Amino acid sequence: MTHPSHPHDHDHDHDHEHEHDHDHGSELSQAAIRVRALETVLLAKGYVNADALDLIVETYETKIGPRCGAQVVARAWVDAAYKARLLADGTAAVAELSFSGRQGEHLQVVENTEGVHNMVVCTLCSCYPWPVLGLPPVWYKSAPYRSRAVLEPRAVLADFGVALPADKTVRVWDSTAEIRYLVLPQRPTGTQGWSEAQLAELITRDSMIGTGLPKVPGAAA
Amino acid sequence: MNGPQDLGGTMGFGPVCPQANEPVFHGEWEKRALAITLASAALGEWNLDMGRHARESLPPHVYLGVSYYEIWTRALAQMLHERGMVTKQEVQQAQMLVPPVPTKKPAASAAQLQAALATGSPYDRKVNHPARFAVGDVVRTRVMHPATHTRLPRYARGKVGEVVAVHGTFVFPDTHAHSQGEQPQWCYGVRFGGTELWGADADPTLEVLVDCWEPYLMEAAA
Repeated sequence: MTHPSHPHDHDHDHDHEHEHDHDHGSELSQAAIRVRALETVLLAKGYVNADALDLIVETYETKIGPRCGAQVVARAWVDAAYKARLLADGTAAVAELSFSGRQGEHLQVVENTEGVHNMVVCTLCSCYPWPVLGLPPVWYKSAPYRSRAVLEPRAVLADFGVALPADKTVRVWDSTAEIRYLVLPQRPTGTQGWSEAQLAELITRDSMIGTGLPKVPGAAA
Repeated sequence: MNGPQDLGGTMGFGPVCPQANEPVFHGEWEKRALAITLASAALGEWNLDMGRHARESLPPHVYLGVSYYEIWTRALAQMLHERGMVTKQEVQQAQMLVPPVPTKKPAASAAQLQAALATGSPYDRKVNHPARFAVGDVVRTRVMHPATHTRLPRYARGKVGEVVAVHGTFVFPDTHAHSQGEQPQWCYGVRFGGTELWGADADPTLEVLVDCWEPYLMEAAA
């Protein structure tokens, strides 16, 4: 088993299926069998088109992901006017970099400062800013994170190896409506004169959810 | 509804276990689960809030016992069954047994879906009535336990907070999930102190921001 302490998401069938997905159905999990059956019937009935299904997978596997958000953050770090637009209207500002679409129709960017650390959760489902971060990781959608982020965010941060100053405000954004939140992390010191491309390498997905901090220059990746 | 989806503040699920270098998909079936879920939604037979309600209506032991893509696909199957689009027998046998039923929209082409993903579906709507609350107002969330869909989590009911944003007017999920129309309402960002939500033992540095539609709120003194 690959996730020994994952009481919720951890799923025997799931892992089993993962290892044997190429066995042409002989070892598929119940979940995989149901999905395959649904897809077969939906295609046969003409409810979905095969090329449309492939396009969806390709889009979220190869085109939209946290590197999009990293470009946004890097731009904000080097361009004060862009940062101001980003904080005023996230949707419009990320569209300047050609990021837009499903689950990012109403984007708000929240800025980490010396006094405030922001963290994003969806306690009710899995709301997440897809156009800038892609699809959410398993932990974001799982019960441990969704239950604890609003109650004990510092303990959750400890699970990610993050410790904040004791007096820092921890501001947790529960995505209960259609506004999607992206954290603008603080620019690390020691990066004066860095290009946007260099800076983007420091910006992790988790630093834009608020469960992590940007990488430190010079530290091992 | 007070279903298994309403997890904020629940205890006993253990630590968060991030996976280093987690792949976007954990196996081929997750890709197909995403694709059929999004493509089926494009038929227009249900909206976003109906989809969420179908997921939270799964039995709690199922909802809490399976991965999120399985929550999606079980809810998808249920919605297809309820509308007579796909029967249980068809899923069991993995073949079409009865003809398709008409849908509001035809199956989307790849180009149509690409365009739909790129533009999304904005949920803000114009209304003619003014906002009841303004930034800085102190409000109290209602105590309510509808058996139907709502987006006010249990941990934030009956709590006093401060309006920090007036987001605009948005489709109201409580009606939209139940074929009662969009009925757009003002939506606000409301900030709650950790001790207001969780009591004196709470982290004193904690603030929780919850987006609340106007019907969830009343004046704090009320």
